[in-house]
Amino acid sequence: MADTNTRILIAKTGLDGHWRGASLVSKALRDAGFEVILLGMAKPDEIAQAVVDEDVELLGLSIGGHIDVVERIVESVRQRRPDISIFVGGVVPPWAARKLEAKGVEVYPPGSQLPDIVAAARRLTGLV
Amino acid sequence: MARLLSHIERGQGNGGPIRIPSPDAGSPAFTIGITGAPGAGKSTLLGSLLAHVAQQDVRAAAVAIDPSSPISGGALLGDRVRMQSVSTDPRIFVRSMASRGRAGGVSDMTRAAVRCLHACGWPQVFIETVGSGQVDVDVSTIADVVVVVLNPGAGDEVQVFKAGLMEIADVFVINKADHLGAHVLRSDLNGLIASLPAGQVRPDVLETVATSGQGIGELWESVSENLRQAEQSGELARRRSRRSARELVEVAQAMLKRQIDAATHTAMFADIQSGVVSGDLSVWEAASRLLRAIPMEH
Repeated sequence: MADTNTRILIAKTGLDGHWRGASLVSKALRDAGFEVILLGMAKPDEIAQAVVDEDVELLGLSIGGHIDVVERIVESVRQRRPDISIFVGGVVPPWAARKLEAKGVEVYPPGSQLPDIVAAARRLTGLV
Repeated sequence: MARLLSHIERGQGNGGPIRIPSPDAGSPAFTIGITGAPGAGKSTLLGSLLAHVAQQDVRAAAVAIDPSSPISGGALLGDRVRMQSVSTDPRIFVRSMASRGRAGGVSDMTRAAVRCLHACGWPQVFIETVGSGQVDVDVSTIADVVVVVLNPGAGDEVQVFKAGLMEIADVFVINKADHLGAHVLRSDLNGLIASLPAGQVRPDVLETVATSGQGIGELWESVSENLRQAEQSGELARRRSRRSARELVEVAQAMLKRQIDAATHTAMFADIQSGVVSGDLSVWEAASRLLRAIPMEH
């Protein structure tokens, strides 16, 4: 068992109340040895506070609606932690995916495979 | 400070000591332990409690410990979700920690984190934890006051008795007190309490409904009163002294264990061990020889 474990924050945003994805991704990351802090449905300021106080290396957002909320979250998190890596999953229209990718956020639409997401987490937190 | 806590989590694992300044003498700092079975409502209760004390302008921090998977080493830390609305209050700080293999859920890492929080201006630090059994008895090794959260109808009174909780609990909270069986649990608890030896301080029994905030004010009053009385009677100082002695022993044992583990790779060890295999040495003689031969580096 590792003495130093990588911490990740997973939060849900927007109108989503039922996406199983965040739950599946969290468990897959746990099984890969990550320590996953689960936020459930959270407001932008709650997510930014959690990112700072929990000192995580990676933020995962599960999206189910308003992309502008996601952009606000990305901005407010980056203001306080410019170094943090961010990836998002869920229903993201292609135009929104482009916008997010342009901000350095990785996008995983429905149908993304769990092993790919876990591999991405390893890469984004410098474990690879 | 969040970064410092991460450093502590990494550093303590490798045995590196970290100098943490003691809080100013004269600014009191307390640690309150909250334990109970999974699902008892500890996190929701703690969230309500934090909101309550924040309203009284008290600065409080919470460390929520969840078990690490023994298979993968990873963990799902799901306590913060119930405290997230209060977490943005500047008077409140919430941190999640994985137990990282320590069976009781409380470790030298936790102790260092608590000292760091006290030193950085959080005089009230709550530790929320669940042990490998139903509850975490180890929480008494870190807390000035121990709060045990139970639910009606869960057979909890039997668990309380079996787990030895009567010796360490200062406050019993019957959460989800609006559920069937609350009064039965209360009378069972009172029965157990009545059978405590005379002279032992009786724990309080409170009822709460954490989701509605019912009983939270009384809980904080009970915890504060417990701390006040413990300070006045000298019990607080006695507990801290016992805990400090225990911590010293644990840290010394950990250092010794590391030195012994390191010695297993040496020729000296192989030499001694072959003596046991050949029958020249009993394992006790061999162990004495090993301990004498280990260079003590501190």
